Amino acid sequence: MSFDVNKLRSQFPILATSARGRPLVYLDNAATTQKPLRVIEACQNYYLKTNANVHRGVHYLSEKATQEYEDVRKKLTKFINASSHEEIIFVRGTTEAINLIASSFGSAFLKTGDEILITAMEHHSNIVPWQLACQKAGAKLVVAPITKRGEVDVAKFKELLSQKTRLVSFVHLSNALGTLNDAQTLTRWAKEIGALVHIDCAQSVSHLPVDVQNLGCDFISFSSHKMYGPTGVGVLWGRKDILNKLPPYQGGGDMIRTVTFEKTEYADLPHKFEAGTPNIEGVIGLGAAIDFLNEVDLKNIHEYESELLKTAIMKLSKVPGLRFIGEAESRASVISFVLEGVHPHDIGTIVDQQGVAIRTGHHCAQPVMDFFEVPATCRASLGLYNTASDIDSLVEALLTVRKVFRR
Amino acid sequence: MSLRELYQEVIVDHSQNPRNFGVLERAQYQGNGHNPLCGDRLTVFLNFKDDKVSEIKFQGSGCAISTASASMMSESLLGLTKTQIESLFDKFHKLVTSSLDGGNDSNDSGDLGKLEVFAGVGEFPARVKCATLAWHTVMSAIKGAREVAKTE
Repeated sequence: MSFDVNKLRSQFPILATSARGRPLVYLDNAATTQKPLRVIEACQNYYLKTNANVHRGVHYLSEKATQEYEDVRKKLTKFINASSHEEIIFVRGTTEAINLIASSFGSAFLKTGDEILITAMEHHSNIVPWQLACQKAGAKLVVAPITKRGEVDVAKFKELLSQKTRLVSFVHLSNALGTLNDAQTLTRWAKEIGALVHIDCAQSVSHLPVDVQNLGCDFISFSSHKMYGPTGVGVLWGRKDILNKLPPYQGGGDMIRTVTFEKTEYADLPHKFEAGTPNIEGVIGLGAAIDFLNEVDLKNIHEYESELLKTAIMKLSKVPGLRFIGEAESRASVISFVLEGVHPHDIGTIVDQQGVAIRTGHHCAQPVMDFFEVPATCRASLGLYNTASDIDSLVEALLTVRKVFRR
Repeated sequence: MSLRELYQEVIVDHSQNPRNFGVLERAQYQGNGHNPLCGDRLTVFLNFKDDKVSEIKFQGSGCAISTASASMMSESLLGLTKTQIESLFDKFHKLVTSSLDGGNDSNDSGDLGKLEVFAGVGEFPARVKCATLAWHTVMSAIKGAREVAKTE
C-alpha cells in the first residue's frame, strides 16, 4: 500500500504546532479537517494571481478565474462519478445544499398529506429543513427509528415507505455514531416506491469513495471543509432531469438569462442555482483538496482509516468505565463514547489540557442523545493523518480524567 | 497546575455528592436554567422566611463545574436576603470572569468564602457558563421571571 502517513502529515503545517504546550493531537475531523499546504496555497494564489469575478468580464483575469472555478466543477463531476458537470451546484455547505432541495422541492412538489422520510440518526441540518418544508406544505415528516447499536432499523424503514413518501433523506456516515449506512439498499427500497432520495455525504466523502451512479440516489450533499478543503463552500449534486424541474432557490445575478421587470428567464444548470458571486477562493481551494484526495486515493484512505479505527476501538475499550455510544457493524472514522461518572464537558476540558482535541456535546444530533439517554457524548473522529500514537495520547488523557475525578 | 485549580478536591466532591439536591414542593420561587451549548439543565427552588432564604434545593443534570457550583451556591445562599444574593452574584461573576477582563480586579470580588475555589474557572473561558448557570437561574427565580434562564 502506497500510504505513508508521515509523509502525508508533513503536508499539514498545523499538525506540527502545539496546543496547551503539548504536541497537537487532532481528533476532531468530523467537525472539520485540517488543510494541506497545497489547499492553503491554492487559496492564496487565487488572491495573489487570479482574483477577479467569474462568469462576467471578458478580461484576462476574469477568464482565468472562471476557468479555474469551472475546472473544479469538472473535477468534482469525476470525483463522485456524476454524469455531467451541470449536475454540480456550488453552495455554502451541506446545510445550504439540504435547504436548497427542501425549499425548491418542497415549494414545487410537496402537497398536503405527502410524507418525507428521514432516520433517527440525522444531524439537525437533515431534520430542520425538512420540518420547515413539511410545515409549509402541510406534509408529514416521518422518522425511521434506530436500534440500540446505532443502526437504522431497516425493517421499520421499509415499513414506513409508502405511496405517500415523496422524498427520503438519510445520512451516509453518521457524525454522532460513526454508523455507515447501507445507502445502496435504502436507496433501492425508496426508489421502488417512487420516492426521490437525498443522501447526506458530509462525513462519508472524505473517508471512502462516493459514487453517485453506484448509490443510485437523486441528490447528495457535502462540505469542502470536512474533506481537507476550505470552509464556506459545499456541493449539491442532483440528477439533471430533476434539477431542471426544480424552481430556483435564490434569485440574483449569475442565475438569469434575461431580466425584465415583467419576467425573468433563468439560466441553465448549474447556474440556475448559483445566484450571486460565489465563494471563488473556496471552490479553487476545494479543487486542490480533490487533487490531494485523488493522489492519496480514497481506497487507500479507507483501508488505512479502517485499520486505525479497529485499533482505536480496541485501545479505548480498555479504559475503565468507558462505554461506546454506537456500535454498528459497519462504521467509519467516528467513535462516540461516555465515561462512567464524568460529564463529557469535563472530559473535553481535561483532555484538551493534554493537547488532545476531541468534540464533546450533542454533535448537532439531539434526538440521538435523547435516544441513548445521555446529555452529550465525547467524540473522537479520525482523519487520514491520524496515527496509533494519537490514540495512545487520547487513552492517556482519559486516564488523567479518571485521576482528576478519583475514579 | 491549572487543571488541579479548576478541579479542586472540594469541587469534585460537590459534583459527586451535591448538597441540597432535590425538589421543594410548592416552593415560593422556582427558576429553570438551560445551557444550550452543553445541554445542562437545572431547576432551583427557594423558600424565604423573614425575607431570608430558609430553604433551597436544586435538581438537574450537568457537568462537574455546573453541579458543584449549584451545590456550593445552595449552601452559601441560605440565610441571605434578595439584596444580599444579588450582591453575592455580582462578586461571584467577577471572580469567574476576572481573567477575561484582564485579571486586574480579582481582589475586588470581596469575601466569597468557600466560593473562592471557583477562581480557576476564569482561565477556562469555555467553562464560565457552566459555573454561572445556577446563579443565573437563581436570579431569574427571585426576579419572578417566567423565562428559562440562559447562559447566552
